[in-house]
Amino acid sequence: MVLTSKQPQKPKVAVYKFSSCDGCQLSLLNLEDELLDLAAAVDISYFLEATRTVKPGPYDIGIVEGSITTPHEAERIKDVRQDCKYLIALGTCATAGGIQALRNFASVNEYARTVYAHPEYLEYLEKSTSIAENVPVDLVIWGCPINKYTLLEVIAAQLQNRRPNFPPSPVCLECKRNGTVCVVVARGIPCLGPVVHGGCGALCPANGRGCYGCFGPSSVANFSALVEGMAPRDRYPQETAYLLRGISCHAPAFRTAAEQALKLSAKPVPDLWGKEPK
Amino acid sequence: MNTIEVPALARVEGEGGLYIGLQNGKVVEIRLDIYEPPRFFEGFLVGRYLQDVPDITARICGICPVAYQMSSVTALEKALDLEVSPQVYALRRLMYCAEYIESHALHIYLLQAPDLLGQPSALDLAAVAPQVVKDALRMKKIGNEILKAIGGRSVHPVNVCVGGFYRWPELAPLKKLLPELEWALEAAKGTVRWSVTLPYPQLDQDYDFVAIHHPDEYGVINGEVWSSKGSHLSVAEYETRYLEEHVQRSNALHGHTKDGGNYLVGPLSRLNLNHAQLLPEAQKALDENGITLPITNPYKSLVARAVEMVHFYAEAIALIKAYEPTVPAHLDLKLKAGEGAGASEAPRGLLYHRYRIDEQGRVQFAKIVPPTAQNLPRIEQDLFALAPQIVALPQEQATLTAEHLVRSYDPCISCATHFLKLKIENKE
Repeated sequence: MVLTSKQPQKPKVAVYKFSSCDGCQLSLLNLEDELLDLAAAVDISYFLEATRTVKPGPYDIGIVEGSITTPHEAERIKDVRQDCKYLIALGTCATAGGIQALRNFASVNEYARTVYAHPEYLEYLEKSTSIAENVPVDLVIWGCPINKYTLLEVIAAQLQNRRPNFPPSPVCLECKRNGTVCVVVARGIPCLGPVVHGGCGALCPANGRGCYGCFGPSSVANFSALVEGMAPRDRYPQETAYLLRGISCHAPAFRTAAEQALKLSAKPVPDLWGKEPK
Repeated sequence: MNTIEVPALARVEGEGGLYIGLQNGKVVEIRLDIYEPPRFFEGFLVGRYLQDVPDITARICGICPVAYQMSSVTALEKALDLEVSPQVYALRRLMYCAEYIESHALHIYLLQAPDLLGQPSALDLAAVAPQVVKDALRMKKIGNEILKAIGGRSVHPVNVCVGGFYRWPELAPLKKLLPELEWALEAAKGTVRWSVTLPYPQLDQDYDFVAIHHPDEYGVINGEVWSSKGSHLSVAEYETRYLEEHVQRSNALHGHTKDGGNYLVGPLSRLNLNHAQLLPEAQKALDENGITLPITNPYKSLVARAVEMVHFYAEAIALIKAYEPTVPAHLDLKLKAGEGAGASEAPRGLLYHRYRIDEQGRVQFAKIVPPTAQNLPRIEQDLFALAPQIVALPQEQATLTAEHLVRSYDPCISCATHFLKLKIENKE
């Protein structure tokens, strides 16, 4: 990746963390071969995981990891939006609420009582929401974690005043490109590959398991056909429903599809290839 | 000077702040504010099928996902009375070696070294000592490359399951890493030599060191929970001595022993309790650099990490050379209701999990005790011990010294959101 810049001066970059595991920010530090070039091409003005130095805003590029889960975060994200000209939601927490959005399908108060002796001390919102549900966002990057080279491509595109090159194809296509034998066809394993946004390189099928949806919905996906095809293959009750109700559970397409899968799991249907379900 | 305040701690995993209140030169209040929000993992694990667990718990921490996966699968395999093959166990150790390599290289060079070298970050350090940072990144990268070869990616790898691995990784990509690992092993020996020359602040404490101990290997996944105060417990007995309590006025779960003491988990505990199990290269690094044990200064956990790096590079080389899978990558699961506890040594300390599952393999109960939750009371006590030395220093230097202490623990605040807005008041 060449980080040549067409900008008159180095853009100021800020990296923020909300409710998350740190993994997407870490992906930035995991750019071992590119990190020093990147640090030379942009002005890293706010990035607490990496540096104590905090330069005042406004910033040209704001990169936000994490979802909004507390009243304080809901306020803080508004300040972040004001401080940043171009705001990027980084990773599936920021783009769809993340794994912690599983609370959105249950009683969060119940969870708080399960985990903490004195839940009344905690401050939290009922739902974990994406950044775009709270403030306007200029670009979303899916992934749990993100593919670090996607972020590098986005920053390079910003430096060069061009659109980032994001293939819209699903995981399924990445398997074909890699020459990975389809786990659904060959082994009858439920897999979200046909409906999930590519970007990971189809890692799960390459490891002999079905895709579990880290990269959110592909824009070209047919979810209801997927559910009808996969749910009859469930190896344990509601496998497909739980695949959908996982990392990207709060993304609208996943929500609807999980509901459909939950209904279907009560009533098995013949699968896509016409065989009777087990 | 009335207060030392760091509203947002830098170069730690997760978000937290530090407040030390002083009156007439005496410390009246120490507060480590953890504003990392709660995410309720133990809540939403309930009802999930057991194979979902390692994928979900990995998301607790992007820096030590392997630790979460290993503690999860170990506990769940206990619940099913499964014993994985020695080959699966060896590959799990290799994954763990890789996580230690990337996490320790990150902490030593990118998170803690800037404190010791008077720089705000490793990026600033790179401007004055580019080769140091370039070598550090190269050392770190090899850990991520091993994880990629085994689990597809370094953050939240996808190959770990209850019963073993979804498939055996190919040998060629692992073998290709050997020359780079040999380089890194030598580089890590250099890190140990360098680590003993750094200007650590003085602070020696009487710790209850707690770590997993195994007589035949450097304790990481398998073994007993040992304490330097003489307690030796099986993992299943962990909760008989180590408790979490929601302390009044603190809004927090505190790790403490059943007699009310605090304890330390992490690299100092491991090295002090398990140095006899280090591989010869790491033993030699201890001897050649005149490192005497136990190390009782928390700032010097960097030295322990450096010695561990030598060990884990050497172990990774040996494991890759011996890698030749001949048995299935995972066992068939025979589901039954049961309960199991598992513990492993995350790079920042002991990580304990316990699950109860029903006959369909669904989680009924989950308990997770992350390392930083256990260390938090100990960090506060260290801050109290440190305070008299720093109150006379200029504000900026006092703040840095206190911050540096917290950072030297390599706290993972994302993991340890069991405590919020922790407040300590001087009881004098």
